[in-house]
Amino acid sequence: MKYIEPHAHMVSRTTDDYERMALAGCAAVCEPAFWAGFDRSSAAGFYDYFSQLTEHEPKRAARFGLKHFCWLCINSKEAEDVKLAEEVIALIPQFINRPNVLGIGEIGLNKNSRNELRVLELQVDLAAKYKQLILVHTPHLEDKLKGTRLILDVLKNDPRIKPERVIIDHVEEHTVEQVLDAGMWAGMTLYPETKCTPARAIDILETYGHERLWLNSACDWGVSDPLAVPKTAQKMRKRGHLAGAIEKIVFANPQKFLRQSPNFKGI
Amino acid sequence: MTKQQILDLYFLDARHKLIEVAAFLDRMERAEGTADFRLKAFRTALAKLDGKGKAKAKKVLLAFSDPTSKPISVATTKGAVGAYRP
Repeated sequence: MKYIEPHAHMVSRTTDDYERMALAGCAAVCEPAFWAGFDRSSAAGFYDYFSQLTEHEPKRAARFGLKHFCWLCINSKEAEDVKLAEEVIALIPQFINRPNVLGIGEIGLNKNSRNELRVLELQVDLAAKYKQLILVHTPHLEDKLKGTRLILDVLKNDPRIKPERVIIDHVEEHTVEQVLDAGMWAGMTLYPETKCTPARAIDILETYGHERLWLNSACDWGVSDPLAVPKTAQKMRKRGHLAGAIEKIVFANPQKFLRQSPNFKGI
Repeated sequence: MTKQQILDLYFLDARHKLIEVAAFLDRMERAEGTADFRLKAFRTALAKLDGKGKAKAKKVLLAFSDPTSKPISVATTKGAVGAYRP
């Protein structure tokens, strides 16, 4: 089955993963900028990372027939240092017109601190100025509910931000409703232990319907599965979901959202 | 899906996870020392499973969540532990 992987950190994965994703029907992979598992020592580290996302990774994906797109930002885990964040944000405009860039992301919050919130506001402003789509990371575990509320407040308070151009990722049962009610898109991340399991993601689809929702693996350097989306599609079939409904969630929905970026071509 | 179909598909998996929870609580009872805030949060969340009410997963997640609304002054760590420390 053809699908789009709308959130995967392929710089942390092997070429074997690209091959398996292509064999499973992946048509495009979209890679938000994220935390490397350690703090970078300077803005120069981010310059190299943005070059990797916009130059090297698309070539690696193309070897397996996959289109590669990316999002740019400084992630919330490295946002406590506002001076560093400002230097990184100043780098982004020189990359923003590269052909595989979809928007600003994954911005958001991690521990819901004042500095993280300040850096979020700076990056929402950047997205508004450059008319970019926004992809938002919501915090982990006990911090998710509060963080989602703070993030929604920032986005709703900026009149330049159109909700239909924002995807709030990593929603769970206690946050999905407020995101959809705000008119934004909601991403469900399929992880073996945290975030959503495939069974719970399907529960959410059965509860809230199929509009403005997508599935992603968010595969990275941690415990994660680059084939989580097609495996969940298989579980949807097992639960009696029709082929058209599955195709909408794993392909048509991400395609509809991402096509709001002029760079999302050929998919 | 019917209730029967859901049982056929998920019962053994749910049973397995429930026994794991029970064994975890037994392990805690046997252990020495005092438990931190996470065990209390766990027991509070466990109580949300009782009864026939809907949205149990949401209620469990809410029981573990930080209920406050103001940003913290500074992030001193990057990780989350799974339960709000009052």
